[in-house]
Amino acid sequence: MSVRQSLLAILDQGPCYGYQLRAEFDRRTGSTWPLNVGQIYNTLDRLERDGLVEKGAVDEHGHVYWEITDAGAAEVRDWLASPVQRAQGTRDELAIKLAVAATLPGVDVADIIQTQRRSSLAQLQELNRAKYAGANPDGPEELAWSLVVDSMIFSAEAEVRWLDHSEQRLALHPHHAMALELSTDKPKRGRPAKAEVSVAPEKAR
Amino acid sequence: MTGTVLRLIGVTQQYGSGSTAVSALSGVDFDVSQGELVAVMGPSGSGKSTLLSIAGGLAIPTSGEVVVEGQHLSEQTPAQLARLRRRSLGFVFQDFNLIPTLTALENVTLPLELDGFRSRVARRAGRDALSSVGLEDKSGSYPDDLSGGQQQRVAIARAVVGGRRLILADEPTGALDSVTGEMVLKMLRARVDAGAAGILVTHEARHAAFADRIVFLRDGRIVDESRRAGADSLLAAR
Repeated sequence: MSVRQSLLAILDQGPCYGYQLRAEFDRRTGSTWPLNVGQIYNTLDRLERDGLVEKGAVDEHGHVYWEITDAGAAEVRDWLASPVQRAQGTRDELAIKLAVAATLPGVDVADIIQTQRRSSLAQLQELNRAKYAGANPDGPEELAWSLVVDSMIFSAEAEVRWLDHSEQRLALHPHHAMALELSTDKPKRGRPAKAEVSVAPEKAR
Repeated sequence: MTGTVLRLIGVTQQYGSGSTAVSALSGVDFDVSQGELVAVMGPSGSGKSTLLSIAGGLAIPTSGEVVVEGQHLSEQTPAQLARLRRRSLGFVFQDFNLIPTLTALENVTLPLELDGFRSRVARRAGRDALSSVGLEDKSGSYPDDLSGGQQQRVAIARAVVGGRRLILADEPTGALDSVTGEMVLKMLRARVDAGAAGILVTHEARHAAFADRIVFLRDGRIVDESRRAGADSLLAAR
């Protein structure tokens, strides 16, 4: 989550003190990912260390106003101009479950898919209801919120589409052509013999 | 939610006969109540469109009963069936199916005029229906002068004009971009909330989410139903 860059982008609009920054972040993201004030100050400390923000004026209530530096403003511009690189290699629990289930003789994958689809659709209905719960989904703060909800809606929809697709592909193999009995072949090991002995089975995965 | 508007009881639809017979629907029980929108999903060939045709009296099932507002379709003469379709049912299609040489208002009032309503009465009902979909200022426009979303809203107005209570929508957002499609669905949802009943055939999960209930068809059978989730919010806040 781009908390650091988001806070920096908010500071690029003008100096803020810690609590104010938290409130600004919340209202721009529909409070979907609430931050505690400790996270805000930790982030500000790191941004200061990196020369991207600096402490400015203190008001009569003792609020320290943080200001963005030129280097910070440049980082904001870079952030806005760059695509977000999503983390690769995260294990997708559902994809693994379906892939393994499809190879198990006697397991009805269509049932697994339907169970998942029912759950995903219930989630979609809930998200849809949340999106239209407000008075004006196109007002400035509601719009920010509903864009975040849209992102969740489209992710859930993508999952359902993938389930539909998988179901249709599996339907082409009605007799479990994919079912795999336990293999009697000894798997080839990728590590040198010496290393195999020393590595415990749990760690070898 | 009160009153069952549509009921399908053990509906089977077969095409062909003997060893080559194909069942498009097999023993389907299905009902929709007033104030309820039911989405029908399923892969191509699962029977979605057949279900909609039978619900709308456009096709006669091989066996089973269809009851619309308490009237058994099998007991109607062709003329009575046509009248029931005009008075009780409204169709919304993917391609809008508006008549290009008629204005928006004329398209909406056509079913009423066919049904013998006086022109003034029909026009008043037509204007009310157009107003209910936010198009009161477009009554004199021809379909070609309207955007796709506006045309589909005219089609929804036509589907609900004169107190029709059952809206049958077949992929109504298929020809629209995602934002416009969502507006059309909100409009459909609002008409249902105002007292109609609706069936929405769609392959888009995002759109099915507007429904109170989602029914899945596979090989002509209802294999599952998903109801609206409970009060537990999936979101951290609000």
